[in-house]
Amino acid sequence: MRVIALTKRILQQLIRDKRTLGLLIFAPILVLTMLHLVFNGDDYVPKVGLVEIPEAIVDQIDTTDAEVTIYTNENDAQQAVHSEEIDGYILLDDATTSAVFLEGSDPSVNSATLRWIQSAFSSLQQGESAAQFEIDYLYGSSDMGPFDYFGPVLLGFFVFFFVFIIAGVSFIRERTTGTLERLLSTPLRKWEIVTGYVLGFGIFTIIQSTIIAWYAIYVLNMMMVGAFIYVLLITLSLALTALTLGILISSFANNELQMIQFIPIVVIPQIFFSGLFNLETISDWLSWVGPFTPLYYAADALRDVMVRGHGFGEIFVNLIILFGFSLLFMLLNGLALRKYRKI
Amino acid sequence: MRNQNSCISIQHVFKQFGKHEVLKDINLEIEEGEIFGLLGPSGAGKSTLIKELAGLDVPTSGENYIFGERMPTLKLMERIGYMAQADALYEELSANENLQFFASLYGLKGKKKKERINEVMQLVDLSDHLNKPVSNYSGGMKRRLSLAIALLHEPEMLILDEPTVGIDPVLRKSIWDAFYDLNRKGTTIIVTTHVMDEAEKCDRLGLMRDGELIAVGTAEALRNETNSDTIEQAFLVYGGATS
Ligand SMILES: Nc1ncnc2c1ncn2[C@@H]1O[C@H](COP(=O)(O)OP(=O)(O)OP(=O)(O)O)[C@@H](O)[C@H]1O
Ligand SMILES: [Mg+2]
Repeated sequence: MRVIALTKRILQQLIRDKRTLGLLIFAPILVLTMLHLVFNGDDYVPKVGLVEIPEAIVDQIDTTDAEVTIYTNENDAQQAVHSEEIDGYILLDDATTSAVFLEGSDPSVNSATLRWIQSAFSSLQQGESAAQFEIDYLYGSSDMGPFDYFGPVLLGFFVFFFVFIIAGVSFIRERTTGTLERLLSTPLRKWEIVTGYVLGFGIFTIIQSTIIAWYAIYVLNMMMVGAFIYVLLITLSLALTALTLGILISSFANNELQMIQFIPIVVIPQIFFSGLFNLETISDWLSWVGPFTPLYYAADALRDVMVRGHGFGEIFVNLIILFGFSLLFMLLNGLALRKYRKI
Repeated sequence: MRNQNSCISIQHVFKQFGKHEVLKDINLEIEEGEIFGLLGPSGAGKSTLIKELAGLDVPTSGENYIFGERMPTLKLMERIGYMAQADALYEELSANENLQFFASLYGLKGKKKKERINEVMQLVDLSDHLNKPVSNYSGGMKRRLSLAIALLHEPEMLILDEPTVGIDPVLRKSIWDAFYDLNRKGTTIIVTTHVMDEAEKCDRLGLMRDGELIAVGTAEALRNETNSDTIEQAFLVYGGATS
């Protein structure tokens, strides 16, 4: 019953604090929307120069996906690259050898330019004899964009980030306003305090993750081939670890600002191991950290469900590990509270 | 060796924060049904001692017994009403929500809970402001609400850290009347205070200075012993200040 009283109070406080409530729900939505627009914007149209290319060939090139300029000598083309009028040019010495010169300062522009040159000239050189590959995908499809791949990770990350901050800050506030001491002067047990917090924020988190996941999947059209309920289950267990970790970390901070200082240490590094970057290319010096970060498991499970369409069988190990993290953090929280009351 | 009647027994209590010795060999018996006042300059260690009695801290060495049992236990804490020196209230919530919350923590429910909330709010003269958010309360109102919360579960013992700071004389008098009322019903009350006229209202006083309990007795006894007219003077004499 005392736990319920605590849960109720936390929810009352959250509802009263409209700004925090808004931050928890609309900030992730806003950031996800912006990322969606950033990643799924128009494809880059490379500006390519053609130098000394016979007109017969030029006529055959498909110039729809690029801005093509024709130069009669290489010096003019080079000038144009220097003044950034074009991203690169192609020089055809004879029918077989060709040279490509790129401006080169932006890798994404480079690859877009090269991709266009490759496709334009491959059809040209091989003509009808070119072997046509039929490409099939085990998971995903050719329409899958970077947002679809990053999306599950970002979804997990934002839920983690915001729950971590709010739980930590509200526990710090409980300490600095003296209400924690007041609570501990009642016969409330330490595990009851931790449980009350978990339930109070837990209920709120269910609502929050549902809204955010729903928005990402059904409004932003993030790729989603699995079941929505699993996405909820994963974000919820991730939120639980964020909550218990936030409360735990808050006992090492004396005020809100110090809590914020933990973000680059505790939260940001988790992104590196969540699959946003290829795990196999991370230096061995660092890659062992991955399995100790909750986001690693949540992102993996989210991608399993959203991109690969897997079900409970594939994600339940990750879920158990996430719950294990929460349980561990809860126990440590109980110990940390000993600082304020011995029994 | 404990006194039969005493419901608080403090035995050789020391408390150290790092190198700083805050309580030095405190020995004190407080009897059931007493109003006991702890007096002393800022930093003397009153709050530290009182927190140990409320179960929030433990002595570095020595023992505190309450109702014959060694502190701290949750069972004992249920029988104590504690009011901290700083108001510990949830400012976003209304007074009523604060009261509801703490009442539930002490296991009050239903009609009884509602009754008690009305009673204590009447006692501190805040009935008209029951549904106001605490953030809109004045300093003295917050103090009174804190007191009301400490009284909610009708504890056998009240431990109050400067309960009347920031409360005007008229209201202070009515709060003290309430203390007497509770006391007559058998509640033991321990208060810390800086206000000398309040000290006169206690059955017995303990004077603290630099972590030591330098004198214990009735206000009258303390005055007589030091040939002073007021507690204030007696305090100065004990404190080593020569008048
Ligand atoms: N948690 C703590 N850590 C370190 N020192 C502390 C702690 N709590 C109290 N002290 C020190 O103990 C001493 C006594 O503090 P205490 O709060 O008991 O004084 P007090 O008699 O209640 O004073 P006041 O009348 O100003 O409330 C002070 O010097 C204070 O700095
Ligand atoms: Mg004090």
